[in-house]
Amino acid sequence: MKNIGVDAMETKETKDKKEKVPRQKMSEQDPQKRIHNFEEVPLGYTEETAIIEAKRCIQCKKPACIAGCPVDVKIPEFINQIAEGNFIESAKVLKETNSLPAVCGRVCPQEDQCEKTCILGKKGEPVAIGRLERFSADYERNSGKVSNPSVAKSNGKKIAVAGAGPAGLTIAGDLVKLGYDVTIFEALHKSGGVLVYGIPEFRLPKAIVEAEVEGLRKLGVKIETNYVIGRTKTIDELFAEGFDAVFIGVGAGAPVFMNVPGENLIGIYSANEYLTRSNLMKAYRFPEYDTPIVRGKRVAVIGGGNVAMDSVRTALRLGAERAMIIYRRTEVEMPARKEEVHHAQEEGVEFLMLTAPVEYIGNKDGWVTGMKCLKMELGEPDASGRRSPVPIKGSEYVIDVDTVVVAVGTVANPIVPATTTGLETNKKGYIVTKDESGLTSREGIYAGGDIVTGSATVILAMGAGRKAANAIHGYLSKK
Amino acid sequence: MNKIIENKKLSENVVKMVFEAPVIAQKRKAGQFIILKINEKGERIPLTIVDSDAQKGTLTIIYQVVGKTTAQLSELKAGDSLQDVQGPLGNPTEIEKFGCVVCVGGGVGVGVVYPLAVALKKAGNEVITIIGSRTKELLILEEEMKKTSDQLIVCTDDGSYGFHGFVSAVLQQLIDEGKKIDHVFAIGPVPMMRVICDVTKPAGIKTVVSLNSIMVDATGMCGACRVSVGGKTKFTCVDGPEFDGHEVDFKLLSDRLKTYCDSEREAYEKHRCGCDGN
Repeated sequence: MKNIGVDAMETKETKDKKEKVPRQKMSEQDPQKRIHNFEEVPLGYTEETAIIEAKRCIQCKKPACIAGCPVDVKIPEFINQIAEGNFIESAKVLKETNSLPAVCGRVCPQEDQCEKTCILGKKGEPVAIGRLERFSADYERNSGKVSNPSVAKSNGKKIAVAGAGPAGLTIAGDLVKLGYDVTIFEALHKSGGVLVYGIPEFRLPKAIVEAEVEGLRKLGVKIETNYVIGRTKTIDELFAEGFDAVFIGVGAGAPVFMNVPGENLIGIYSANEYLTRSNLMKAYRFPEYDTPIVRGKRVAVIGGGNVAMDSVRTALRLGAERAMIIYRRTEVEMPARKEEVHHAQEEGVEFLMLTAPVEYIGNKDGWVTGMKCLKMELGEPDASGRRSPVPIKGSEYVIDVDTVVVAVGTVANPIVPATTTGLETNKKGYIVTKDESGLTSREGIYAGGDIVTGSATVILAMGAGRKAANAIHGYLSKK
Repeated sequence: MNKIIENKKLSENVVKMVFEAPVIAQKRKAGQFIILKINEKGERIPLTIVDSDAQKGTLTIIYQVVGKTTAQLSELKAGDSLQDVQGPLGNPTEIEKFGCVVCVGGGVGVGVVYPLAVALKKAGNEVITIIGSRTKELLILEEEMKKTSDQLIVCTDDGSYGFHGFVSAVLQQLIDEGKKIDHVFAIGPVPMMRVICDVTKPAGIKTVVSLNSIMVDATGMCGACRVSVGGKTKFTCVDGPEFDGHEVDFKLLSDRLKTYCDSEREAYEKHRCGCDGN
C-alpha cells in the first residue's frame, strides 16, 4: 500500500540551519483507497519516527506548550520519555493529567493550542505534540501493559455525573482518583458521547474510546447507560437518593435546522442523525447491523465546520459520487480544522463556497431531488469577526441532490434544565455558571462542556470537567 | 439487561411482552414510550408503554411483527433478555376530566390507547372506546377495553366481527346521533388517524393523536422524528408523541415513515431466510 504523508506545511524544506531535523510526517491511508473503507486515515508514528520527533523538543525550562493545553499535560516530560525510548513511562506521564490521551492525540486542535505556543514554531515547525501523544497512548494500549493511576481511599461521598462524554469522563476519572464514589448516567446505550455518536471511525476508532472507558471502570467509576437524566430520574431525585454533588455534562445536543422550505423532505438529515446512524449504530455496516442509512449518490452537506467535514467524508465512504460542502462564506472563514479540510479535498470532496440553500425541491413521494441555492459575496465583518455573506440578487440556481446533511450547529437540549428546579439558563438555553469552576445557580450542581459554552471542542469540555472536579473536591472537603 | 417475563401472541402478528425495567416502571405515566434495542447489532425502536407494575418492576409493551427487529423480538422467550431499554420518554398524556371522551384504537394502536382509556376513566370521564382491526383474528384487548370503558364498540374491516366498517364510520354515527363528545384520542395507523381527524374537525371536537415517527436517540438530539404541526417543525420524541390531530401534516408523516422501506424489506427477508445469522 502506498502511504502518503500529507502535512502540507511540511513539504516546504525548512531553511533554518539550526533545525536540521524536520517535523516528522505521519503516514496515512491512500485517499483513493480510504474512501472505500471506514478505517482510520492516519496510521501513526513508528517507534523510530516517534523518537526522532521527540528529540526535536528542546525541553524548554519554561514550557509555553503546557500553557496552551486546557488540561495542563506535562508535555516536555512525556516527550522526553519517548526520546529516551521509555514509551510506557511516557504514557504514565500523560495519564497523570489526561484521562483520554489516545482520543486527544487524534482530535485535539493542537495547531491552536500546545503546538501553537511551541517555541520551535516561531522559526520553523512546532514539535508534533499531538502525534507523539497519540503514539504514546497507542503504544501503551497495544502493549497490554496499561497502567492504572493510583486511587485514594474511599471518602464515602457520592457524585453523579450526567453524560458520559468528554467532560463527564474527565471529571469521573479525576474524582474517582480522589476517593469519591462516582456514577455516570448516560442517556444512550454506549458511553463516550460525541466520541461515539459524532466522530467517525476513520478519525477516531471506537475501540479506542471503549478502551478508555474501560480504564475508568477499572478505577471504580460506575456507568449507568440508557439513563436519561430529566426523564429516567431528575437531578433533584439524585440528591434525594444521597448524591452529594452533581455534574451536568450533557452536551449541546439539539440540532439546528435552517427553516428553509422543504427541509423535512426525506433524505434531509441533521448531521447529528446522519453521524449517529453511521457511527453509534454502525449503519455503514447495514444489513450486518440493523440500522439503515440513505446511501446517497449526490450528497450536499451544509456547513463548514468539523462536523460538516465528518459528514461529507462519511457520505463518500457510503458511496456518494458527488460529495459537496455547501458553505456561505469562503474557505478562509471555514471553522473546520485545516487538516480535516485537506483530508476532504484529497478524497475528492467538492467545495461550493459562497453558496447557501434557500429551498429544497422534492418528488411526489416526498424525497429530496434538488436544492435551490443563492450565490453570496462577502460584506462587512460580523460579530464573530468574520466577513458576513451577502446574497447576490437573482443568482438562484438548482443543484441536483438525493441526500442533504444540515451541519450548521446545535443548540442546548432543554431536558435537564427544564426538569431541574432553580437551574439558571441564558437566553439560548445554556446553563449559566458562576465562573470557571462550573458552579451553577444551585449549590452542589456543577456544569461544563457544550451545555455551558455551546458547541466547542472535546478538549475544552475535558478542561471544564477537570476544573469542576477541583471545585467539587474543594466544596465537599469543606462540607 | 432487562429480563423478559412473558412474550405472548395476542393475535397472528401482534405480541404482548412483559419485561423487567424497575426504574422506568416506577416513573412512567400514560402516553410515554421506551426505546428498545435487542442486542449489540440491533436498531433502536420506540414502543409505547402499555402498562407497568411498579411493585414487580415490570413494563408491558404490545408490538406488531412488521420487520426484522419485531420478528426477532417475537422469537425471544421468557428468561431471555433485552440488551437496552431506555425511558420513560416523551411527554405524558394530559389527562383531565373532559366529560365524554372517545378513545379510538386501530390495529396495534389499541395497545397504545388502552393506558389512556384507563387513566381517563380514573379521572372521572365517560369513556367510549372504538377499536377496530382488519379481521376478527387480529383484534386485541377486547376484554380489557370492555372493563375500562362505559361503552365499547368493536369493528372489523371485513365484517367478520362487530360493526362492518371503519372506526371512523362508527365515530361519525355517534356524532350524527347527537352524542355530545368533548374529546377524542385516536391512535393507530396513519390513515386511520387521518380519517378520524377528518370526522372530528368539522364537528369541532379536539382530537389528540399519538405519532409513531422513526427515531434514533429519542431525546431530541437527532431530529429523525420531525413532523409538521400547525406549519411548525416539531420533534415527536420531545415535543410529543401526542399532538393536536387537526394540526398534523399526515402526508409528511406517512412519507417520512417510508424512508427506509427498501432497507427494512431487505433486512426482513434476510432474517426470514436465515441469511442474517440471527
